[in-house]
Amino acid sequence: MKLLVAVKQVAALDEDFAIRADGRDVEPDFLVRDLNEWDEYSLEEAMRIKEAAASPVEVLVVCVGPQDADEALRKCLAKGADRALRVWDEALAGSDPIAIARVLAAVARKEAPELFFAGVQSSDHAFAATGVATAGLLRWPHAAVVAALNYTPGAKTAVVRRELEGGALHEMQIECPAVLTIQLGINAPRYASLRSIKQAAAKPIEVLGLGELGLAPSQVGEAGSAARVRRMYIPDRGRAQMLKGSLEEQAARLAQIIKDAAGSAR
Amino acid sequence: MSEILLIAEHRQGQLRPVSLELVGAAQAARRSPSERIVVALIAQDAAGLVPSVSVAGVDEIVTVRSPVAEFEPEIYERAVRALIEARRPALVLLAHSVDSFGFAAALAADGSCGFASDIFKIEYDSNGKLVATRGGYGQKVAVEVDFPDKNVIVLAVRSGVFRAPEGSAAPQVAAFQADLGRPRTSSVGFIESSSADDVDMSGAEFILAIGRGIGEQANVERFRELAETLGATLGCSRPVADAGWLPKSRQIGQSGKTASACKLYVAMGISGAIQHLAGMKHVATIVAVNSDAGASIFSVAKYGIVGDLFEVADALEQHFK
Repeated sequence: MKLLVAVKQVAALDEDFAIRADGRDVEPDFLVRDLNEWDEYSLEEAMRIKEAAASPVEVLVVCVGPQDADEALRKCLAKGADRALRVWDEALAGSDPIAIARVLAAVARKEAPELFFAGVQSSDHAFAATGVATAGLLRWPHAAVVAALNYTPGAKTAVVRRELEGGALHEMQIECPAVLTIQLGINAPRYASLRSIKQAAAKPIEVLGLGELGLAPSQVGEAGSAARVRRMYIPDRGRAQMLKGSLEEQAARLAQIIKDAAGSAR
Repeated sequence: MSEILLIAEHRQGQLRPVSLELVGAAQAARRSPSERIVVALIAQDAAGLVPSVSVAGVDEIVTVRSPVAEFEPEIYERAVRALIEARRPALVLLAHSVDSFGFAAALAADGSCGFASDIFKIEYDSNGKLVATRGGYGQKVAVEVDFPDKNVIVLAVRSGVFRAPEGSAAPQVAAFQADLGRPRTSSVGFIESSSADDVDMSGAEFILAIGRGIGEQANVERFRELAETLGATLGCSRPVADAGWLPKSRQIGQSGKTASACKLYVAMGISGAIQHLAGMKHVATIVAVNSDAGASIFSVAKYGIVGDLFEVADALEQHFK
């Protein structure tokens, strides 16, 4: 019995950053990396199924990324994942979610999990595409934006609730194996203890290349993508009028703005 | 003749309004006025939805009969794939919405079409190649993408960007036959969000909203007092509701409430994720207080203070006592 959790090491921008010389991405020095927030919830969901199960369940975390993505995988190991697998090849640079999905689908075929979890989206590029593209390649049933899940390991079906616009939920039954994309708030992710963080540092991370998954370089990277980045730029955006001065001066000005605007609102 | 195919969305028998925004997007995206705009209705009772998409700008409505009443990802995926194969549209537009999160990317997975999501701008370069723009790195940059060697391009379009056309029309209606098979998901039912807290965020005219920046649950009380003193309704962003610090009924944003009646919105400790902005960026007077000068909330706010929330709260309260 196996649950696969696909995770991403996301990149946030420093307060100051610069666009790369070729104009197609940000200079990597300005990126601050972390495990994608959504993935904390999908890992937790897998851990809860494992811990409630009557028979052994293996939780496998998988990340497509270069060596520094090991940090994201170690975070998952520290929270209790049983195995961590990273896939990388230089040909993967420039991959969009469709190309990444091709790798994840190859891993899923090899590992044959009962459920495949991914986050609804990533906090950096917010494509909301990788999990469902993987399902498309595997031809597995899938549900996106899952905010509640009821599944017993070994069961032929699971019951999910999709979170809709406005907060209503749509309950669906889904055949397994299935791909589910997990929404924030489905659970309360655990923190890793200092002891488990230390233990995770010593755990092995399996590393695979494209060849071991039966993939050719032309199936990933820009060549294997459904879209190609042409240009990245800092947009002209509206900008708030910043209230200046001492704290007292700022507060006085803010109070006046509130009194003026609330005069009509109250 | 080339065409733009739009995939309409419906739920519990009602067309979702974002479907009509796709017509506006198609009008903005077409290469020439002769390019036809075709709306696909994938539904058990497609005929019943025809009037709701018979709007100005639509040249044709194509109905596809679904074996089920509600959205099932595999039914939509198969129906749209069959439509693409039969009609070879140059461009397929669908909403960047919860339903299309469930199937749009799967369409593109076999490499047969170009695909990009959360698109807010569609244009053509000097060579006539389509260029779509989305946000990147938490919306701090704009990203232009293109689709080399793809004859069909599928774009999931951001809601609230393109305008639904005004006025009705009488486009031709054609039925499209497709074997959609049996879906491996089945709809059980809908659960409306319920809460013991009967606050009406949509009707509130003055909202004080708090976000992750308040730090911990114990601090909610501080801002509840401030809201009371100011005469505001207390709202929040997603992380506060997810953590259970405030009930879900007070969450503003895409999966929460829209601040429909709000005239004054004070955001404290809210960074401004796109999902939150969707529920409040229309408000006439937005004031943001945040410790991070780079927070996205300042791009929609009219006034801003970069500073400590608690200090600002204390100093502000003095003026209302």
